[in-house]
Amino acid sequence: MKILTQWLRAYLPGLASGDKQLAEDLTLRGIAVDGIYPLGEGDGSLYEMDITTNRVDAMNHYGVAREAAAIYGLDLKPLEFALPAAQPAAPPFSVRIEAEDACGRFTARVLRDVTIGESRDWFAGAEVATYFGLLEQKMISNAVDATNFAWLAMGQPAHAFDLDKIEGGIVVRRARKGERLKTLDGVERVLDAEDLVVADHKKALALAGVMGGWDTMITAETKNVLIEAAWFEPMAVRQTARRHGLHTDASHRFERGADFNAAPVASALVSAILLASGGWIEGELVDARVAAFEERTARRRPVALALSEVHRILGATENPVGITAAAAESVLTALGCKLASQRVGASASQPHAAPAAEQTLGPVSWQVTLPSWRLDLEREIDLIEEIARVYGYNRFANTLPAFGEGVKALPWAEKEAAVRSVLRGAGFHEAISSTFCSAAEGAWTAAQPGQVVALGNPLSEEAGVLRPSLVPGMLTMIAGNLNRDVNDVRLFELGTVFSGTAEKVDERPVLAFGAVGSFPDESALHERRAIDFYDLKGAVEQALSRFEARSVYFDRFPAEAGLTPEWLHPYRAARVVAEGVTVGWFGEVHPRLAAERKVAAAAKLKERVLVGELYLDRLYKLPLRSPAAREISRFQPVRRDFSLVLGEGIAWETIDAAMAELQIPELVEWQVREVFREARLGAGEYALLLRTTFQAADRTLREEELADFQRRIVETVGNVGARLRT
Amino acid sequence: MRNEAIPNLTAFDEAALDEAFAALERQAREAAAALGGEADREAFRLEWLGRKQGRLNEVSGRWLKAAPAEAKKALGVRFNALKAVVEGLLDAALGAGPSDAALQTEAIDITLPGTRRLLGAEHPITRTMNEIVAVFAALGYSVGVGPEVETDYYNFESMNFPPGHPARDTQDTLVIAAQERKPLRDRLLLRTHTSPVQMRTMEQQPPPVRIVIPGKVHRNDAADATHSPIFHQVEGLCVDTNVTFSDLKGTLDHAMKALFGPAVKTRFFPSFFPFTEPSADVQISCIFCGGKGCRKCKDSGWIELLGCGMVDPAVFAFAAQKQPAYDPRKISGFAFGMGVERIAMMKYGISEIGSFYAGDMRFLGQFA
Ligand SMILES: [Zn+2]
Repeated sequence: MKILTQWLRAYLPGLASGDKQLAEDLTLRGIAVDGIYPLGEGDGSLYEMDITTNRVDAMNHYGVAREAAAIYGLDLKPLEFALPAAQPAAPPFSVRIEAEDACGRFTARVLRDVTIGESRDWFAGAEVATYFGLLEQKMISNAVDATNFAWLAMGQPAHAFDLDKIEGGIVVRRARKGERLKTLDGVERVLDAEDLVVADHKKALALAGVMGGWDTMITAETKNVLIEAAWFEPMAVRQTARRHGLHTDASHRFERGADFNAAPVASALVSAILLASGGWIEGELVDARVAAFEERTARRRPVALALSEVHRILGATENPVGITAAAAESVLTALGCKLASQRVGASASQPHAAPAAEQTLGPVSWQVTLPSWRLDLEREIDLIEEIARVYGYNRFANTLPAFGEGVKALPWAEKEAAVRSVLRGAGFHEAISSTFCSAAEGAWTAAQPGQVVALGNPLSEEAGVLRPSLVPGMLTMIAGNLNRDVNDVRLFELGTVFSGTAEKVDERPVLAFGAVGSFPDESALHERRAIDFYDLKGAVEQALSRFEARSVYFDRFPAEAGLTPEWLHPYRAARVVAEGVTVGWFGEVHPRLAAERKVAAAAKLKERVLVGELYLDRLYKLPLRSPAAREISRFQPVRRDFSLVLGEGIAWETIDAAMAELQIPELVEWQVREVFREARLGAGEYALLLRTTFQAADRTLREEELADFQRRIVETVGNVGARLRT
Repeated sequence: MRNEAIPNLTAFDEAALDEAFAALERQAREAAAALGGEADREAFRLEWLGRKQGRLNEVSGRWLKAAPAEAKKALGVRFNALKAVVEGLLDAALGAGPSDAALQTEAIDITLPGTRRLLGAEHPITRTMNEIVAVFAALGYSVGVGPEVETDYYNFESMNFPPGHPARDTQDTLVIAAQERKPLRDRLLLRTHTSPVQMRTMEQQPPPVRIVIPGKVHRNDAADATHSPIFHQVEGLCVDTNVTFSDLKGTLDHAMKALFGPAVKTRFFPSFFPFTEPSADVQISCIFCGGKGCRKCKDSGWIELLGCGMVDPAVFAFAAQKQPAYDPRKISGFAFGMGVERIAMMKYGISEIGSFYAGDMRFLGQFA
């Protein structure tokens, strides 16, 4: 919206601030001036305004001038237009509001023997042609220009009909289904039974509050004019405008709530302009009103306002005097409120009472009558906001509230931080991916089939459902890196996954991790190696080791059991179980899937893609492990290596369990040092180098003891099918 | 370099002992002086101090055994002195270490780059959210969270959005499929702001409340350089008796200084949000030019950063349905919300909001 400062100044004779200062003061009060364009010495400036939709009353020159008057405490010139006395009309022009639920007020004034022609070059201190030019308002004829002038001046739509085309009087009613109306834009419209129209006794004349009709428009031949200025109900106008795909200045205003009392003022303004070129008024203004709407707009019940509430909500100002009763009264009065003081021994007619005197007079409160143009004001808090706004937000002090209770951490905050730090320590970057995936991706990653939540208005087909797993997002990000020739990828994401139905959606926090390419130390000098299953397993183990869990194990279900997720390689994937509960899955991506997602298609990629998820809601049920120090033995540890040969069917887990069962306190550690397969071994056999470490807390171990331990180890691994290599 | 064998000793008087030990000491000193590398030193050690064939061992074996009882003490004193000398010589030889020439053959190029263990980076959004949360934690705010799929009631109705509000339209809000049969308030949607957690928290907990709510939110927005259908917010809520607008100003002024540096100034503008009144937009003095005006702040010297306001009494009325203590006549409060992406983009000089969600290793690695 555009505003001319010269026009503003016509309403504010006392305004001393320059255009730049005025723009800043308005902006800081929520009447935002986005751009200032000086028009030359003495011609003021053009403001480009950005006014929020709740302040539709300020989207015109008089409305902005009212704000300035409130800010500076200036007098605002009243909008009054002297009209010549009317000639009597017998009978008065007939106006009937039939749609009492949609039209609150309809004023009609009859002007006869008018001269339709070009607009005079000035009105109400405004150079019409210049102003219209600057505001990009087309000049049409004095009758139409007059209604546009009223619109720009005070934001009240008005309309001029060719009176001689009206048959009988005016009826504001709903259209008849199928009724036809050619509107001012030349479009022949078929009306809906819900449309609100201004009609005469025979036909529809105009889409009420939206657009006038073609057949009754003002032409050069027009002699007699009917001036309409009305108040229409917002929803009725919005629906009519929407049905016909129209958005006009008038519909914009009515949809957001017009000023119930503005109609007669606008009517007078339009009439005065038009009569300046000749003609006379027939009859008094016809003013049809619906009491119910008047009560909800112009005659609302006063709102109680207490000064103590103003202070309770707004607090301290930089000026120690604070917001006085006088300051509050002056702001609200300038905005058009009428204040009746309820303070004993004082009244609102003493707006400049000294603050010191107020203190002694006890609590101050008012009954505030609200202006008809401010339908956004309804409650005490709305008035408090107006006081703060016009007083100036930046004139309030910066204080801090009294300290409340102690800070309560989220129960899982520390656990989440622990998981994140393990993954970062393992060299995984944290990523955030889309919350959505395609229905197909959802289907193959959902924990339970049919529990995928679809969107009603998805952004795209690829984002049709809420992700039931972080895996699709992880694979997308890995593929994205490969497509950009970034071949070593390690990522993790901590996010929400969704399951359920349209009735109920469950959300769970999940950690996903994915990797591909080399597992490098970032140096060209050291050998790189492909990241593998065990690198991921190590990260998982380390993450789990931050939690208190007596039992953690990894297993896999045979592919035929159908329990391994579809996205995993059936023989290179593991389930993670802690305290008997499945807390995650990870492994190599199923080669078929990788091919489908084109991850494996990247030419440079020979390695496999690794991916996994940990179900954090389950993991977080475990307490965090608090580190405890153990006495470190002063005595020399002794290492003994065993080279074992095993059948392929014997997993490390078996050896590991057998070693644990020995329960030798001095056997403090055992590890696999090496696994190898070579031709010299028997068919279906592999070799494993087992390293054991013995140490006692209280003594140096004797040779005889060690010999005994060795014997027992060979025996126990022998029992599960491993033999010493010779 | 082998020394002559240890002679047999026949006389055990003081003079004879002195002479015999002096000879041995001379031999040891000569041998030590000729020591070169580590192998020499080890040979010297074995020759003189070796447990089985060492010369000193031989001395003690032969001479001590042969000595008459009255000479054993004098011999022992001299033996220990010689042993100390030999050990001293060995220590000195060890202390000198390998020769410089020997070391030079081991030279490396110390200008080659160091080997860096790849450290995982915290996502800039996580990092920024944590920074914001930490500032408010220091002011006594606990962290609150809530679901990403919300009901219309929590996302809109209880936040005082009127029924026909444009935000409720599917043009702006992503909705779950097949909700049409449900009453409006029960319909499921992706929360468009973290504000519903305000209501969820108040329903659970009577005042006082001080919470800060970091979270992911969604809107039905086309993606461009600065807009994304997925983004993050940090919301704050402070409710107590006597919480005022000036408290809101002071809190946010402090928070902005904590986040962007003590020189940052704040400026409050009237604004409009359904769930606060009075409402304000907050600008901070431009962190790039210090307020002089630059391209980043469109020459205004100010950058718009967050929205805030006093909690609307209507919102308290919704909370009071479950917690009667939220009586707007007795308590008051403020709420604020800020976009995490916007702050992170500013702090780290990121120009494309999409970078946050692409998982590009090169982008993320910069934050390690
Ligand atoms: Zn700047």
